[in-house]
Amino acid sequence: MTARNMTTPGDFHDHVYVADRLIAEDIDAYLDRHQHKTMLRFITCGSVDDGKSTLIGRLLYDTKMVFEDQLASLEHDSRVLGTQSGGIDFALLVDGLAAEREQGITIDVAYRFFATEKRKFIVADTPGHEQYTRNMVTGASTADLAVILIDARQGVLTQTRRHSYLVNLLGIRNIVLAVNKMDLVGYSADRFDEIVADYRAFAQKIGMEDFLAIPISGLAGDNVAAPSANMPWYRGPTLLDHLETAPLNDSRMQDHPFRMPVQWVNRPNLDFRGFTGQIVSGQVRPGDAIRVLPSGKTTTVKSIPTWDGDLATAVAGQSVTLTFADEIDCSRGDVITAADAPCEVADQFEATLVWMSDAEMLPGRPYLLKTGTQMLTATVTEPKYEVNVNTLEQLASKTLALNAIGVVNISTDRPIPFEAYRDNPDLGGFILIDRMTNATVAAGMIHFALRRSQNIHWQALDVDRDAHASLKNQKPAVIWFTGLSGSGKSTIANLVERKLHAMGKHTFLLDGDNVRHGLNRDLGFTDADRVENIRRVGEVAKLMTDAGLIVLTAFISPFRSERRMVRELIADGEFLEVYVNTPLEVAEARDVKGLYRKARAGALKNFTGIDSPYEPPEAPEIAVNTVSQTPEEAADLIVEALLRR
Amino acid sequence: MSQEALHPGTDRLTHLQRLEAESIQIMREVVATAENPVMLYSVGKDSACMLHLAKKAFYPAPPPFPLLHVDTTWKFRAMYALRDRAAREAGMELIVYQNPEALAKGINPFDHGSLHTDMWKTEGLKQALTQYGFDVAFGGARRDEEKSRAKERIFSFRSANHRWDPKNQRPELWKLYNTRKAKGESIRVFPLSNWTELDIWQYIQLEGIEIVPLYFSEERPVVDRDGLLIMVDDDRFRFRPGEKPVMKSVRFRTLGCYPLTGAVESHAKTLPEVIQEMLLTTTSERQGRAIDHDSAASMEKKKQEGYF
Repeated sequence: MTARNMTTPGDFHDHVYVADRLIAEDIDAYLDRHQHKTMLRFITCGSVDDGKSTLIGRLLYDTKMVFEDQLASLEHDSRVLGTQSGGIDFALLVDGLAAEREQGITIDVAYRFFATEKRKFIVADTPGHEQYTRNMVTGASTADLAVILIDARQGVLTQTRRHSYLVNLLGIRNIVLAVNKMDLVGYSADRFDEIVADYRAFAQKIGMEDFLAIPISGLAGDNVAAPSANMPWYRGPTLLDHLETAPLNDSRMQDHPFRMPVQWVNRPNLDFRGFTGQIVSGQVRPGDAIRVLPSGKTTTVKSIPTWDGDLATAVAGQSVTLTFADEIDCSRGDVITAADAPCEVADQFEATLVWMSDAEMLPGRPYLLKTGTQMLTATVTEPKYEVNVNTLEQLASKTLALNAIGVVNISTDRPIPFEAYRDNPDLGGFILIDRMTNATVAAGMIHFALRRSQNIHWQALDVDRDAHASLKNQKPAVIWFTGLSGSGKSTIANLVERKLHAMGKHTFLLDGDNVRHGLNRDLGFTDADRVENIRRVGEVAKLMTDAGLIVLTAFISPFRSERRMVRELIADGEFLEVYVNTPLEVAEARDVKGLYRKARAGALKNFTGIDSPYEPPEAPEIAVNTVSQTPEEAADLIVEALLRR
Repeated sequence: MSQEALHPGTDRLTHLQRLEAESIQIMREVVATAENPVMLYSVGKDSACMLHLAKKAFYPAPPPFPLLHVDTTWKFRAMYALRDRAAREAGMELIVYQNPEALAKGINPFDHGSLHTDMWKTEGLKQALTQYGFDVAFGGARRDEEKSRAKERIFSFRSANHRWDPKNQRPELWKLYNTRKAKGESIRVFPLSNWTELDIWQYIQLEGIEIVPLYFSEERPVVDRDGLLIMVDDDRFRFRPGEKPVMKSVRFRTLGCYPLTGAVESHAKTLPEVIQEMLLTTTSERQGRAIDHDSAASMEKKKQEGYF
């Protein structure tokens, strides 16, 4: 049985038959037509039960993209897993990964393909849950058009508003409101009008310029590929008709001035130097005057060589190679622009960020920023505000967590050519990458350059301890571990440092053994030398706090007075004494370095706890032990106390 | 693409022009950021397209990376012939890798079932990538081939032991590919992700790309085995009792190891005829491959283990 036999004739758009006949009778004519098709990318969004996957399955089915073996597998799966009690569950055609099929939800972005007489389509199927905002943003970033699904029974929901806000944020100008499941509301025109009026009020609020509303049933096929006999009151196009005629982003970018980020310099020999890249806007011809940014150097285009011969014109969307009339500096990351219409260059911006990582944003921490073809280092400020995507309220926030959206200022380590995202998404969109994990942690959209970027770097700054600390976006501190030999000071201090480092804090660990190998190698273990040892360590720690660091020290430091001396050196509130309270018996039983054994045997003199006293702190900021706590728990406690300050 | 095809009267690009531009952009991004890239070349029609796109992306230079064929020793003879010629004509180094363990043990599709694919292809690929230290490998997979591929990224990250974690993929926004990786990690890059089977065929026709003649119908000796028409390509073929090769007009929709690849009966001798048949056909492409038949999710499992 073929896909065609499975359906009733009325289900199909006539052109499917026309295409079939043409394929059978004149394949050359068919191919010629196919060759001139354009391509539209769109995204479908809606909440879990709005019937997204069903609609896409229906589009694949109605455009004859379902093969016989897939259909057999679909019929089998519909019986086993389907939710349509025996009928074909179109959603199963598009739900890909095994885990998702079992859970009955879509959790990633899946790309589907279908084609009609006029166009090829790539549809990004993205999940509806709030926790998958990042997936939706990903799918929307490459879309020419968005289909927002609404369940006619439910009307405009919180999810509808969130999805609409997101597609509008990502700059999609072509929006279809597909009011689905019309079969379940008796194909009521009143219900449809009510929903459209609701949505229109909301669309105006978020600055959405326009949208097209279509009443459909994905399950029954009404107004998907064929006009619905059930809704004679609807006179507009079917969904497929609209998809076939909606304008493309590429076309919009043709009228914009010429811009091409340089991807790679092709230099096979001394006689050829070509600058390769994809034209993101405008057009270019040999002889055109161009300007390379950020340097601002100008020359003219000599040729546009390709495998198929030199081009007379190259247009937005094409990947090309340009040669220049003059040898000027130009490398990956630069942007080639029309000489008389260059874009702006700046190093500080206001931008919207969509946070995509489980690890929250750390203001002040350096991230890698990729935009166009360049990668550089950037820091972000605390959000000016976070947007509640459900209510559109602007909230105060110190950071952005997974799926949060906020407006921040960004500063890059060098000036970059850019355009506002809404004018040119390829020069205004960027991603942030975590330097340690290499994960893509955020998507960003530039609003505009901050005016102070023109001069801020030329102002003389007094680089004082506050300046050091604020650059590191942290409050300096000395975390002073004290306790017996073998009590676990170094172990815990190491763990604390690792945790702080992972959080983007700038730290340094001064360890007793290491300091005695260098700075203090002239000192022994007499009481006087122990005091001098601590004094020097205290001074070093103080210098490091002036440099803005969080310093961890792990010394037995047995005497109260020396610890007090150090406390007084350090600025108020920056000294945290951590007492690692491990009883002598326990430390001696561990005897990691074999020192207790030597001391008991009399081979080590002045050993703390054996023949030299240890004076426990009277009021330490933090007390931990390694008997009832694991080093991990102790470290967490300390980090918590540090951050609470 | 020809000048005429590039400028069909308006400034707008056709879908094939957009796909071509995207694939070229992806390839250049890899060359600009990778340390030691390689292109996996399987000699099939998708590989042929990918190689052609690479020639265009780096013109007038030859593509600045080698071709790697992970060989099983059981490919069709016609594939070996085209492989060597295509690499030579592109001016590229061709690395042929055969898993030495599989070679020593004489692993073959007749005696060893799925072990054949595991050892020659999955293990062979991992060994080759590790041995040569390739950090990025281009592959010709398309998202329309199979459901689990529909969700794979264009830049797909593999752990140091070449595993794919479908739950932990990097988001791909706009054209901004995050190519950063830790030591030992590698990236599989699929420049043909957004192409469909029809796009590939049409591009082959428009660009005049040479493909293995097995894609076109001809009288060939085949046996009907478990519902698949298997071609008797050399004298290593093991007949089951009662089996005899018969001459049939057949062609192949996909190419792999000849004892595992089913032919379809056909009289399509030209590209338009092949495309015509493909458009009117009612079974999807991968059905000719024995590897997928286990279960719907089998490809996803294989991919997690490192199969391309």
